[in-house]
Amino acid sequence: MKVRVRRIVIHVFAWALAVGWLFPFVGLVMAAFRPLPEIIGGWWNFDHFTPTVAKFGAALAAIGTGIGNSFLIAIPGTLIPMFVATLAGYGFARFSFPLRDYLFLTVVMLMTIPQQMVAIPIFRIMLGLGLANTVLSLVILHSAWGLPWIILFMRNFISALPKEVEEAARVDGASDLKVFFKIVLPMALPALGAVAVLQFMWVWNDFFFALLLCPADISCMPATVALIRTIGRFEFDPGLLAAGSVLVMLVPVVLYTVLQRYYIRGMIGWTIKG
Amino acid sequence: MRLVFFVPAMLLILLFVAYPVIATVGVSFFSSNGQFAGLTNYGEVLGSPDTVNLNGFPKPPPLGTLIHNAIWIGIHLPLSLFLGLWLALVLRDVKGASWVKTAIFIGMVTPLIIGGILMLYLYDGSIGIVPKFFDSIGIKGLAVGWMQRPTTLLVGLILGSVWLWTGFSLIVYSAGLTTIPKDYWEAAQVDGTSTFRMFTRVTFPLLKPMTIVVITMTLLWELKIFDLVFGATNPQGGVGGAADVLALQMYRYAFVQLPANVGAAAAVATFLSILTMVATVVTIRYMVKR
Repeated sequence: MKVRVRRIVIHVFAWALAVGWLFPFVGLVMAAFRPLPEIIGGWWNFDHFTPTVAKFGAALAAIGTGIGNSFLIAIPGTLIPMFVATLAGYGFARFSFPLRDYLFLTVVMLMTIPQQMVAIPIFRIMLGLGLANTVLSLVILHSAWGLPWIILFMRNFISALPKEVEEAARVDGASDLKVFFKIVLPMALPALGAVAVLQFMWVWNDFFFALLLCPADISCMPATVALIRTIGRFEFDPGLLAAGSVLVMLVPVVLYTVLQRYYIRGMIGWTIKG
Repeated sequence: MRLVFFVPAMLLILLFVAYPVIATVGVSFFSSNGQFAGLTNYGEVLGSPDTVNLNGFPKPPPLGTLIHNAIWIGIHLPLSLFLGLWLALVLRDVKGASWVKTAIFIGMVTPLIIGGILMLYLYDGSIGIVPKFFDSIGIKGLAVGWMQRPTTLLVGLILGSVWLWTGFSLIVYSAGLTTIPKDYWEAAQVDGTSTFRMFTRVTFPLLKPMTIVVITMTLLWELKIFDLVFGATNPQGGVGGAADVLALQMYRYAFVQLPANVGAAAAVATFLSILTMVATVVTIRYMVKR
């Protein structure tokens, strides 16, 4: 009897907690859907309830280009480092050469560096290359910035793969590149799925690099910066800012709920085994 | 031939990560007019009230970016770690626990800049649930807009960041718990060990690798915090700079204030990088020793 009561209490508590945890998001969604006077005094007050999508239309008009830019940055900003890092990860896993472990350790250490540590030189480099205020500058920067963690992740994954198939192919005269493309890459697909989800979200969610390289030009700024720059302050229009925020976070949240398995696997694999 | 595997990655890393890191260290040794300045920028930054401002302590924030980051660690690290661990333990026996975890984990996939914007709604004096809650239980001092007052601003953002980040330690500990064989608990249960003793003697020690991961990643997150503060306040770090942090200070010195003080900004960035490296090296060494 005591055990049963305990079980029920734990369940009620856990479910209430999950709902309560979502309250701040619910508040944001309410602010986006309902006219401001209705939620003064609390969004949980439903005496007057006249939801409207008007703010979403206005928000889309303001940050639609930004959302498009976010895709233009995040898709190549995911695919390029994935490919480049898997090549290197394979190299670190299978080839031995002098100072390999030191080189690898250096690459891994770069993972801990804050973005501010590269900000000034990156700004100057991109200006020098004539790439300031372009989508391309952010694609390049994210491609490079994502490499250390993906190299680490892929090297660990590939190290755990059996070597026998590769060796057999080599005996048959296959070149290193052929072994990589025909054997290793297909076997690495599950890991690449996890990498893709994580990297895409990090690039999508990035704010600092975008603020650095495209602070004011609507044609290149991604959604996170457009939200701040084109919609602006909370005091100006809470409904509009809320609607814009919902739109920007929709992509990572939907991706996460659909591809949760990959996401968690990536997160755990990367942090625990790394 | 095998170089082909490394060249693209090394080229990108050298040009856009490694070189900029070294160049930033270089910039930190020069004054704004291009003169070699040695450690002057570091002295200026560490002596500035922007960084450490404890005159007349105890007093409300601003206490300086370094102190704010330290307070952030002091509150956020234990709260998010133990909350996540405790939830991971409780949720083992709950049906539909994966839904609860999903709900809690959404904070982790939300862009942090929106995490900051969310704080504006959460703590607003007229539409925010937090002030309304304190109003309803009669604590009038906290029934006002939290973002407009120095102390509640800093503490509010830290608590909000606990809400966003707890999903991480929950997920890591949940994964860790599945690796511990059930026999351990059953054996302890047969011996009549109390739940608390079981936790301190069995569960927590077995989870040590997870604890190290959570501490390292959380420390890095707290030291690097930028978007959340930027989204909730402004490049000044809110009223009187009460929520200013090191990363924001760097950005402001280099890209907001006029004239820019690039040398000081680089010094802040280098100092911050040293802190993040110390945080990771200590835990990595700890991991190796074990």
